[in-house]
Amino acid sequence: MGYPESLKNLIKKIEETRPDRVEKKKAGIEIPAMTLDERATLLEAHHPDCIPGTRRELKVGPSQGYAVAHEFADLLESKSRVDPDKVDLSQIDYETDVLVIGGGGAGTSAALLAQENGAKVILTTKLRHGDANTMMAEGGIQAADKLWKDSPGYHYIDTLGGGHFSNVPELAYRLVNDAPDVLHWLENLGMMFWKKPDGTMDTLPAAGFCRSRLHFAGDITGAEIMRVVRDEARNREEDITVLEFSPVIELILNENGQCAGALIYNMETEEYSIIRAKATIVATGGSGRLHIQNFVTTNHYGATADGIVMTYRAGLKLKFLHTLQYHPTGCVFPEQLEGLLITEKFRAAGSHVLNVDGEQFVYEREPRDVEAAAYIKEANERGKAVPRPTGGWGIWLDSPMLELIYGEGYIKREFPGKCKQFGRHGIDISKEPMIVYPTLHYQNGGVEFKETGETDIPGLFMAGEVGGGIHGENRLMGNSLLDILVFGRIAGANAAIYAKEKAQDGKMSLAHVNAYNKEVEEAGIETEVVSPMLLPNYIEKKVRDRQHSSHYVGNIR
Amino acid sequence: MEATETKMIPIYIMGKRYEVPEGLTIMKAMEYAGYQYIRGCGCRGGICGACGTIYRKPGDYKIYSALACQTAAEPDMYLTQLPFFPANHVPSNYAELEGVPEDIYKLYPELFRCVACNACSKICPMDVPVMDVIAYIKRGDIEKAAFEAFDCIQCGLCTSRCFAEAPQFHIMQLARRIYGGKLAPKAKHNAEAAQAVREGKFDAMLNQLMSMSTEEIKKEYIEREIEPETAGDDWKPKDAKWLIEEFLR
Ligand SMILES: Cc1cc2nc3c(=O)[nH]c(=O)nc-3n(C[C@H](O)[C@H](O)[C@H](O)COP(=O)(O)OP(=O)(O)OC[C@H]3O[C@@H](n4cnc5c(N)ncnc54)[C@H](O)[C@@H]3O)c2cc1C
Ligand code: SF4
Ligand code: SF4
Ligand code: FES
Repeated sequence: MGYPESLKNLIKKIEETRPDRVEKKKAGIEIPAMTLDERATLLEAHHPDCIPGTRRELKVGPSQGYAVAHEFADLLESKSRVDPDKVDLSQIDYETDVLVIGGGGAGTSAALLAQENGAKVILTTKLRHGDANTMMAEGGIQAADKLWKDSPGYHYIDTLGGGHFSNVPELAYRLVNDAPDVLHWLENLGMMFWKKPDGTMDTLPAAGFCRSRLHFAGDITGAEIMRVVRDEARNREEDITVLEFSPVIELILNENGQCAGALIYNMETEEYSIIRAKATIVATGGSGRLHIQNFVTTNHYGATADGIVMTYRAGLKLKFLHTLQYHPTGCVFPEQLEGLLITEKFRAAGSHVLNVDGEQFVYEREPRDVEAAAYIKEANERGKAVPRPTGGWGIWLDSPMLELIYGEGYIKREFPGKCKQFGRHGIDISKEPMIVYPTLHYQNGGVEFKETGETDIPGLFMAGEVGGGIHGENRLMGNSLLDILVFGRIAGANAAIYAKEKAQDGKMSLAHVNAYNKEVEEAGIETEVVSPMLLPNYIEKKVRDRQHSSHYVGNIR
Repeated sequence: MEATETKMIPIYIMGKRYEVPEGLTIMKAMEYAGYQYIRGCGCRGGICGACGTIYRKPGDYKIYSALACQTAAEPDMYLTQLPFFPANHVPSNYAELEGVPEDIYKLYPELFRCVACNACSKICPMDVPVMDVIAYIKRGDIEKAAFEAFDCIQCGLCTSRCFAEAPQFHIMQLARRIYGGKLAPKAKHNAEAAQAVREGKFDAMLNQLMSMSTEEIKKEYIEREIEPETAGDDWKPKDAKWLIEEFLR
């Protein structure tokens, strides 16, 4: 329990440099931020995205020739989990106006807006409704709503700067423009924003932003959003049907080339069913559980890129999938908390990041990719990171200094969740610093879609982390909770309108899956992999090696 | 590096004995033993409430609870997960609720059957004082109930123990939403900004920014004024170029 002696001794060095550092911070003296050129050089040398040999060009599909991480390529260059010829598409199990795939923030807000626009909705999701990355977001949500000092214009400039100016401008426009309205919507649904007694919403600065505009609810902002929208979806159960533990395996198209629904899989009974829908929204979230380059991840258990696989097979192109976000401050000690996210709010509030000697080596509020690369450099090149008892490196995050700046009790008040989690393992983060290291956090890119939520396939809409382009090559903190609600709402509303006005009846088909399987074969790809992946397998290898059954007998393998 | 021998400990998963390395969370220990989760696992980060776990220790009458993803397995734990417990959610038209305690009483009258046994607070893995929250609601103090219940992750363990058969986590959710949307002071600045969005007030500004070349927007980025970390809400930028009033002037 608690830090071992070796680390306790190292903490002394931090305590030695702390008084001086706190004085400087109070006087407004910071170590200099990097110039754009310095950032670029650092990223090229030390960011995981830039490591040679970790990506390969896709041999099949609409983005053939585009290089993505091997872990993505393995899933995309594989056959479907299901044999399309065995599926009888004349047996429709569910019919609806709008089908929403994914029960996170994007999917649930889409369901609400589709319902408000007159649609009957089915929301189908892999785990429980709300078991999603949205639930895990802690820090907060960005919106420029203090107009005496801020505007969507500044938010736009920040967002593009964070994305290395590669963002799709139309998507970034909608993101920043709709932000204040999304927060208003959440407030009216009963979300408990942290506020001043006069109702002014509390905001915090955050890395890469020129204004303090990160809104939050304690240190569980995503959970609060998720609980509220989920509760509201439950209120509307007459129009919104939720199917849990029922991931979509493939989309179903019709003879007019429109999306006509999806094939779902009951993970418990192992049975497939067919949903016919006039419009479909993909909101399946991210992919941290692919453990790209063996990085640990902050993502939820079901973040396995399923949406990318099913839409790629159906014909949509990839966008910015070559860039992934490694959150600089993933917890690496104690081992039980490994991969757990340490919210950026600590850095936003001014916690210094320090090497083994208790020295600052990077300004704590650089954008995430820059910050992460700096930590990796400190470990790999300068050899000045903190050695972890279980092997590997870490960097100190000096939380106790916040108590000296903002007063005693600050940590407990602002970070109750983190206090509890570390407290369970005998570490008091208001007195002792934390050890962090970059962890796989966010899929910056994904599948191409438009600012109307539409995609290149009529009747198929998209929202959330599965989509690519809003954030370009790098997302800034708090812009993602925002994006899922902005585009979830847009996709929901537009899908409902499409269902009413444009959807046509037509013979349903899985021919695209057959065609894709054939393409894989013809490219000479030999693989045992089937996709989508659905869940990672963490069973101990020793056990797996003895799982000898080769056939199904009922449910028992 | 010296290879250290991991100590193995026995745990009993639904009564069956497995040896697992010391120090793993209950969740990782079950996976080590050979379980592939479908239920009982969600965020793996202590916030989704999918992994509520109940256990006992030999020679000890007490019932213990834990989140499987957050708690280290201990020797001789007899454990089971409770990934689901039925709890009725009573739908309501949120917009039409009045923001009074009676909203809750009407939907969940069973909360008055609470016998103050405290089994709920004792089992809560998030240390929510569930019994007290129910008492605050009965007393009409929704604000206090909302904040005291803020950490609830809706795992359902309290509901499994409730003598009153009340779905406490749905009741607390309703209290939080009533507080957040109907009792807490409204954010005027946000309402105004949202109104401006709906009127399309930022369209010209954003269209201008959107049509800039990369070099131009880079320049805006580099030259933009940064609000000092410790500045408060009354801070005013020197450069007001992209503030709406200045822009429309
Ligand atoms: C630990 C953590 C902290 C974060 N902190 C912040 C923050 O402070 N601010 C911020 O802005 N962003 C933050 N983010 C990012 C943000 O939370 C996510 O990007 C965002 O919530 C994604 O929302 P989503 O609805 O697109 O996906 P998710 O919320 O992940 O939802 C996707 C849903 O789809 C389901 N699904 C997956 N595959 C299938 C399938 N085949 N069929 C059916 N359903 C499927 C999943 O089970 C899940 O329910 C954080 C992320 C993490 C992991
Ligand atoms: S209050 Fe009940 S549902 Fe909420 S976390 Fe505690 S035990 Fe779980
Ligand atoms: S378990 Fe039920 S009856 Fe007992 S104190 Fe809690 S709410 Fe009341
Ligand atoms: S898996 Fe989500 S709380 Fe444990």
